[in-house]
Amino acid sequence: MKKRLSMLSLLATACVSAASMFSLTGCGGNASGENGEVIVYNWGEYLDPETLEMFEEETGIKVVYDEFETNEIMFPKVEAGATEYDVICPSDYMIQKLIDNDLLAELNFDNIPNARANIGSQYWEQSKEFDPENKYSVPYCWGTVGILYNKTMVNEPVDSWSILWDEAYADNILMQDSVRDAFMVGLKLNGYSMNSTDAAELETAKNFLIEQKPLVQAYVVDQVRDKMIGNEAAIGVIYSGEAIYTQRENPDLEYVIPKEGTNVWIDSWVVTKNAPNKENAEKFINFMCRPDIALMNFEFITYSTPNDAARELIEEDDIRNSPIAFPDLSQYSGLETFRYLGEDADQLYNDLWKEVKSK
Amino acid sequence: MNHKTKRMPFKTTAQKIYIGLIFLFLYAPILTLIMLSFNASRTRAKWDGFSLKWYAALFDNREIMQALWNTLLIAFVASLAAVIIGTVACIAINRMGRKKRAVIMGITNIPMLNADIVTGISLMLLFISFGFKFGLGTILLSHITFCIPYVMLCVMPRIRQVDASVYEAAMDLGASPLRAFFKVVFPDILPGVLSGYLMAFTMSLDDFIITHFTKGAGVDTLSTKIYTEVKKGIKPEMYALSTIIFVTVLLLLFLVNRTPKEKN
Amino acid sequence: MKDKKDIRVQKIMNKKLTGQLLSAPYLLWSLIFILVPLGMVFYYGLTDKTGIFTIENVTAIMSAEHAKALWLSIGLSLVSTFICFLLAYPLAMILANMNVNQHSFIVLIFILPMWMNFLLRTLAWQTLLEKTGVINIILQFFHLPALNIINTPAAIILGMVYNFLPFMVLPIYNSLVKIDPNVVNAARDLGANVIQTFFKIIFPLTVPGVISGITMVFVPALTTFVISKLLGGSKILLIGNVIEEEFTQAGNWHLGSGLSIVLMVFIIFNMIISAVFDKNGEGNML
Repeated sequence: MKKRLSMLSLLATACVSAASMFSLTGCGGNASGENGEVIVYNWGEYLDPETLEMFEEETGIKVVYDEFETNEIMFPKVEAGATEYDVICPSDYMIQKLIDNDLLAELNFDNIPNARANIGSQYWEQSKEFDPENKYSVPYCWGTVGILYNKTMVNEPVDSWSILWDEAYADNILMQDSVRDAFMVGLKLNGYSMNSTDAAELETAKNFLIEQKPLVQAYVVDQVRDKMIGNEAAIGVIYSGEAIYTQRENPDLEYVIPKEGTNVWIDSWVVTKNAPNKENAEKFINFMCRPDIALMNFEFITYSTPNDAARELIEEDDIRNSPIAFPDLSQYSGLETFRYLGEDADQLYNDLWKEVKSK
Repeated sequence: MNHKTKRMPFKTTAQKIYIGLIFLFLYAPILTLIMLSFNASRTRAKWDGFSLKWYAALFDNREIMQALWNTLLIAFVASLAAVIIGTVACIAINRMGRKKRAVIMGITNIPMLNADIVTGISLMLLFISFGFKFGLGTILLSHITFCIPYVMLCVMPRIRQVDASVYEAAMDLGASPLRAFFKVVFPDILPGVLSGYLMAFTMSLDDFIITHFTKGAGVDTLSTKIYTEVKKGIKPEMYALSTIIFVTVLLLLFLVNRTPKEKN
Repeated sequence: MKDKKDIRVQKIMNKKLTGQLLSAPYLLWSLIFILVPLGMVFYYGLTDKTGIFTIENVTAIMSAEHAKALWLSIGLSLVSTFICFLLAYPLAMILANMNVNQHSFIVLIFILPMWMNFLLRTLAWQTLLEKTGVINIILQFFHLPALNIINTPAAIILGMVYNFLPFMVLPIYNSLVKIDPNVVNAARDLGANVIQTFFKIIFPLTVPGVISGITMVFVPALTTFVISKLLGGSKILLIGNVIEEEFTQAGNWHLGSGLSIVLMVFIIFNMIISAVFDKNGEGNML
């Protein structure tokens, strides 16, 4: 018995000493910066961490950084208010939902001169879909949703969402694991608007998604990237921003925007209504709009930047004029941006999605 | 019938193979993770050759180091607090009547037997309803709560073995209750306290679900950090860090096990 | 004489008083952080968004999707508990026969994997099981047929067995090493053969450990949402996933709490069983 004790005690002491050792090396410390802090809530891996350090150095404002995986996960956290965020980076329709729920603060653009100067006018125009007066949001990234396929596994030309229902690719298809994106595919395939609230149209889309389920290898969010690189699947639904990175890692991959049309999305910086550090938040957004910073972020995450000045700085011609990163949208039809459809429609979407998932 | 002393020391090959297979099953994923930490490629989907670069990159990665720090701090403080609260509670409960004791132990076991998801949700609802600010504090409170039962599980049997009359004798001889406790009772229950501490430390370290529901902005433990990374593909630095932690503990374990032992 | 009695009475009084005093902090703690939170779950589960009493959130379990998720969870966790038992019992017997002095070492060997994060360990199975994963590369090398279980219920069961096996091995092992060898020897002397000794003596004595193991495996397996997400490709919806999504995504806490209440019924049932079979807390993990 004694032995057991001595051994456990030794191990326990080891734990303690390891812990205290780390405390001594001091890789922690939560001291806020000399000019206060700013709490940022962003998508996972959605900016170059170096830019945060640069911001801290230049402004003396400490960045508290937190990440979310989907808009739907972000919303209840912001709504509950148990954690006070200053700056968030939601997508189009979620910004509208936040505005509708009176959770956002109007921005003072005098403090964000870089925004009006560098962001292209077309993106402000597009933002009016969800922020009609451009009062609340500053575009950060944009893109399309399309099909990524592996040329060695798919021999036919890919130009339609219908390939996701082709039994030849059973167990080789990766679908998006978020309500709106999944229904977008189902609705667009049938020629409906992806902002549909029509019960019959949604029912059709749901039935298509259920029919598709046996062919789907997995429902994923961003894992589609690793799985496509590793030749795990032949076809995946993916955000255009991931396309450049995946192609770089695996040259067999090709990205297309289907002919039925798709989602053109914008993720924008917004400031919450009860942000404890509103001034710092605006400084942060202004910093993110600086051309050199926007470029760093673009090169790190490869999601298209609406920052025209930053785009000018891209050295490689084929990336600056890449049809994937910066497509000429006038060539495509059926392009739409998500809108917030109200609580009842949200509930309907959620219920239908649950039906799909539990089949 | 040939009966020697203890149970039959069967050590057939079949048994060894069986144990080997189980250990392969238990440790195969761990070997995989260790391999991945040496993979030169950023994605786990490709093997680009052997490299040590992630070990170098690890120490420059502020977010991971911060998460590691948080994890260790929470595990350390939570298990320490749980040990103190749990041990005191054990002493107190031991003095109670049978019925009372059964009721209290029943309540104590709830966080251990209940589903993590329910415990996490219930604490989240508590914190939100009573206006707690989510952060390091809420994680700590939750971890202490689910660590206490493990401590009590280890300490309770020890306390029961302590002869109450020795403690009373010490008091009769003029020792103050506190002194009597530390001189007489504490050495006897120390092993239980230590293994309780170790158990609580491990549980806190490995917890994801409860932290997931009770964490706040910018406060990540390794678990929650990994969960957000799952979607994007785990950063290889994370594999490197886990390998370091695992190997350290493994070495300690062997070292401790090899130290000379006194025979019974 | 009278004096002595008084002192004794006083001592007992003291003992009771200090007992109550010492237990106060803990009782307060468990009230605030165990009982009140559970009360909150019941409050949310039994009201709707306007705060009016309803049992709709609990009866929602009857809807086709929820019922299916629950049955699937029960089915998968029963299967994995059973597999855990089948794997763990012989293992525990072998370990118990090995060397009594190695007790803590054996315990730690099973706890050791926990120092590598739970999510990473489960994720590693993805790398192992994938179509182009490690196992299939090895099988291919030996020209064996490929193993295609990733994103199926089989992969989820594997993940459950993998993660919860130690919780089954340790209690069984502990009840095995507690058996007095003399009892076994006596049975042998009285002419019982190996099989008889096992079923008449050894197994009945380990029942508390087995029950405790079953509880420790069944509950986390029943309620997991991580394993099904990582190894099931989000195609298989378990009750844990439904609840988690209600809280983190759909934002319907009332429904999530209502379904949690249903889940708790199973957990309480499990606790009662383990209390009945294991009155003295013999089948503990340590």
